[in-house]
Amino acid sequence: MSYKCDNCSKPATVHLTEIKGGKKIEKHLCEQCAAQNEGLQVKGHTPINELLTNFVMTHSGLTKELTHACEHCGITWGEFRQHGLLGCQHDYELFEKDLTPLLQRAHEGATHHSGKVPIRNGTAAGAPAADSATTAIQPRKKKGPDVAKLKKELQKAVETEDYERAAELRDAIRQAEAQ
Amino acid sequence: MKLSDLTNHAGEWLRGNGPMSEIVISSRIRLARNVNGLPFLSRATRAQRQSLEIRIRDTLLASNLSPQTLYVDLEAAPEIDRQLLVERHMISKQHAVAEGARGVAIGENENVAIMVNEEDHLRIQVLRSGLQLEEAWEQINALDDTLEAKLEWAFHPRFGYLTACPTNVGTGIRVSVMLHLPALKLTGEIEKVFRAAKDMRLAVRGLYGEGTEATGDFYQISNQTTLGKSEEEIISEFRHLVIPKIIDYEHHARRTLLNDRTVALDDKIGRALGVLRSARLMASEETLFLLSHLRMGVNLGRVKDVDIRTINELFLLTQPAHLQKLQGRKLEGDQRRAARADYIRTRLNAN
Repeated sequence: MSYKCDNCSKPATVHLTEIKGGKKIEKHLCEQCAAQNEGLQVKGHTPINELLTNFVMTHSGLTKELTHACEHCGITWGEFRQHGLLGCQHDYELFEKDLTPLLQRAHEGATHHSGKVPIRNGTAAGAPAADSATTAIQPRKKKGPDVAKLKKELQKAVETEDYERAAELRDAIRQAEAQ
Repeated sequence: MKLSDLTNHAGEWLRGNGPMSEIVISSRIRLARNVNGLPFLSRATRAQRQSLEIRIRDTLLASNLSPQTLYVDLEAAPEIDRQLLVERHMISKQHAVAEGARGVAIGENENVAIMVNEEDHLRIQVLRSGLQLEEAWEQINALDDTLEAKLEWAFHPRFGYLTACPTNVGTGIRVSVMLHLPALKLTGEIEKVFRAAKDMRLAVRGLYGEGTEATGDFYQISNQTTLGKSEEEIISEFRHLVIPKIIDYEHHARRTLLNDRTVALDDKIGRALGVLRSARLMASEETLFLLSHLRMGVNLGRVKDVDIRTINELFLLTQPAHLQKLQGRKLEGDQRRAARADYIRTRLNAN
């Protein structure tokens, strides 16, 4: 039996059978449409295992993750895994989900920074607004109470979920900065 | 200051006058930093890399890191100069052989070395003689503040200082202590130190850091965890827990050798001194091995007419690039071994 492509009228050379929610869906496509719509590359001499891998990857959503590129530096998760180096500061947020288990393995289970915070941190790496104590940091005032120290304490208080203390510190910092 | 001014003496940190210097050669802290808003180096274009290097260089030179700051443009520097800087622990091996715009700023008698465009935009390093981690931290912390005011670092509230490799993210700190542990090596107990270090998630490396074998009984112990622990916690662990314990072990092993195996110990030290004072051809590995035994002999009071500073300098000045710089010409094979033996004999017999 010969089929015509579901999309155009060329002869179909790629035949897909998908089971979705118990329903069998058959697709018949020509090479171009298969490549465009299903991400399947059919080369004259593509080995069967590569074909299967491509198919499995496309349909499991894996290819998407591996080939999803950072809009700032262009790196994909797959490329990072090959070379071990990230391409720019934005990759930490972009790949957060995949990076977390790696970070945990490398850093004794830790996932959050503790320690020094830059004095001037207004435009730090895509910092989510109002999410952290550090995002509010303004350039250091020359006189008055040690704002940097208060902010460090505030960060600690937030980390330990001591919100009462955090609120006190927040007010103290506001007051100090208003001076 | 020129690079050639460095050649004939050791940096401040290798002079052997710091606390615990009979066992602790040096303390080193480095911070990995990247400039906010620019790609990491593996994804930077040639032009970005170049303008970054110029910007950081200008900032470093304008920041008065020390009265005399030497900046070496490593892209332009000849191989021998880059090798010299590796031997002096001012730059990593990778930084020496890499390509593209990059450099290093050296200040304060080599107590400060800042690599530009290595794996991260900046690798700030402070070195000190002996065990001086708190002092090194105080200095590097201030240095970091000074530079941050002019460059602004890539930082994230959750991830901390953002680095090209996620194994450095967070504090971006690496604390390293270089130890001389000849007695633990001789008694075979060094393996226990390795195991304990591994359990504490510390790395043990050789004289030249990452990817180098421990030669001449020198071991560099460094932290690997950079996320979730503050700089002070990491340093305090080293200063109060890890290093004192290893120092105690080494002292104990040295006492055991001195009390129970006196003749064997004196034999090792005497042979080392004999060969170093008389040989005509010295290979680099044998030199490190013998200098290590001699150093222990001096520290245990078994050798009185050689000082530690001379030995520390010999460890450095007998390395290939240094020898060639001192001689002012390229040396191969036996020429180099002969020059090395000559230099050692001169230094040890003059003592």
